[in-house]
Amino acid sequence: MSLSSPFSSASTEFAHMADTPTPAYRVRRWTPRAKITVLLFAVAVAALALAPAVTGAAFMDRAVALFVYILLAVTWNALAGYAGQVSVGQQGFFGLGAYVTIRLSDAGLPVFPSLVVAALVVGAIALPVSFVMLRLKEGEFAIGMWVLATLFHLLVNLDPLIQGETGVSLIALNAVPAETRNLVIYLMALVSAVAVISAMFLLLRSRIGAALQAIRDDEAAAHSVGVNVFRTKQVIFVFAAFGAALAGALWLAGNVSFQPKAYFSVQWMAYTIFMVIVGGIGTFEGAILGAIVFFLLETFLGGYGVWYLLVLGASAIVMALGFPQGIWGYLKSRHGLSLVMVGRHLEAPETKKSGKGSGWSADG
Amino acid sequence: MIDILLQGVLLGGYYALLAVGLAFLYSIMGIINLAHGSFAVLAAYLVLAMADSLGINVWLAVLAVLPIMAVIGALVDRLIFEPVQKGGQLLSVLATFGLSVVIDNLIFQIWGANTRTLANALGDLAWASWEIGGLWVGKISVYILLTAVGLLTGLTLLIARTPLGRAIRATATDPDTAGLVGVDARRARTIASALAFVAIGVAGAALGMRTTFTPYAGVTQLLFAFQAAVIGGSTSVRGTLFGGIVLGLAQTLGATIHTQGFLIGGHLVFFAALFLRLQFGTLRLPKLRRAAA
Repeated sequence: MSLSSPFSSASTEFAHMADTPTPAYRVRRWTPRAKITVLLFAVAVAALALAPAVTGAAFMDRAVALFVYILLAVTWNALAGYAGQVSVGQQGFFGLGAYVTIRLSDAGLPVFPSLVVAALVVGAIALPVSFVMLRLKEGEFAIGMWVLATLFHLLVNLDPLIQGETGVSLIALNAVPAETRNLVIYLMALVSAVAVISAMFLLLRSRIGAALQAIRDDEAAAHSVGVNVFRTKQVIFVFAAFGAALAGALWLAGNVSFQPKAYFSVQWMAYTIFMVIVGGIGTFEGAILGAIVFFLLETFLGGYGVWYLLVLGASAIVMALGFPQGIWGYLKSRHGLSLVMVGRHLEAPETKKSGKGSGWSADG
Repeated sequence: MIDILLQGVLLGGYYALLAVGLAFLYSIMGIINLAHGSFAVLAAYLVLAMADSLGINVWLAVLAVLPIMAVIGALVDRLIFEPVQKGGQLLSVLATFGLSVVIDNLIFQIWGANTRTLANALGDLAWASWEIGGLWVGKISVYILLTAVGLLTGLTLLIARTPLGRAIRATATDPDTAGLVGVDARRARTIASALAFVAIGVAGAALGMRTTFTPYAGVTQLLFAFQAAVIGGSTSVRGTLFGGIVLGLAQTLGATIHTQGFLIGGHLVFFAALFLRLQFGTLRLPKLRRAAA
């Protein structure tokens, strides 16, 4: 990949422009590479959708886990990386997603739709919650969310249907033949992951995305140019709660049994934070990459139990201290690598080549 | 009823003790240490290990652990707090959370999953109590409350009256300017961190003496400490004591209403306090420097 300094090329364009009577700036929203990425993404999704034809239940089982991790990582990254609100309490929404699924299914709603409806319900719960929680700053928000998650956990335990920590199973799933069940859950998880990734993509390219990236870079400055910081954060807060709840509902579908302790565990945050930090916090591609890295690590090292968790925690510290931009942030700053176009490139007229993550871009 | 109030206040003494280290670090560095609870539990294990392996008196073991905690505090300041502060709040939350995961699992790896307590090492004192007007009051809870009051008073005096306290206050207000007028800001921070960790060590010992603990108990301790600090959220260190007692009362009352009401009562009061603070003033953990000023 050729690396020309974006600033030097920009300045020559300026010099050139001085001769041009009517410089017509263009805002560029796609690069050829970004188009190819979207195309490849579509091909990969199609391949994954067809994969069950040639693979077995074990593959689908593991893949559901990967999709759940992607949901958690992408939505937490939206909240922490873009909106600047580091939550250590998304496990509250994760657990609620599973719990509401059980409740809806118990009330007679067909089991598969109830997974999605549950996530929507939790998203609706998150809206009033956001009015209080988002007024907390930084560390206070982080632990405040944690307290909120434990409160959700305790309240769920009060429901007699759940039988305290003993838990309960999503029994409606037993009525579905095993093969159909695996296939439907796999496809729902795939569609959910693709939908949340796409929603994030569209969100970042929208006005909200521009506001969000401004907030990420400097909240006070964003406010000063008229960005409604609170409203923008609310949108993301609800989106992140929805994503975590959907992840929880799908996890329940894959594992059938609901034990509150396992779902409301802060372990989920340890995993998610690891994924996003390693992949690159505040970058679109980084969260997905981090989820894949975590998934591979877990597949190969998960058997080491406590040592595995120790390594996860230690690498979160090391990355935060020495390498805060993560793998993707590093590639991006070092090589200008950007596969997905979530920002805007401002281009001077007569530019033949588009800059890759040039100094003119408001890139995410 | 009086019994419930009494127990709530005594429990609050423990929470105040637990919250001191968290609030102190926050007021000096603006860092909310998510590994706070894990370090308290670590201190409890260290006391237990000292008392068991060296066969020494448990009080001596506590005295031996406190300097160790101070050293850990200084190390954590240099290795984590200091570098992370340049990267802003986001990184400090992430790094201290990672630290809590490491410590919890390290404890599990070293000491196993068993539930432990220091009560056995205390002998008779563990269950000794005074009878006051028909009410039984555990001696150890009273000692813990008194320790909390003593520690809070001591820290307040240290910050308000001594040259070291002045240096710490100056650093907390503005490290760069403090440096200009001859304060070694780096040293002041590290000492403050060491002091906070000594307080965490005392809290950990108290935890082990009044109840049982497990490797993953740090999470709960962190949340209690945070709740006490936020509920107390006034501008004085006494706020921590007040917050701890309110939390203790809420939990004790909650437990009498419902079998699972202990924690829920605490959480509800925490959110009520939070809501009030958001409506009627800025939400901040206690600021020591303002208290002392």
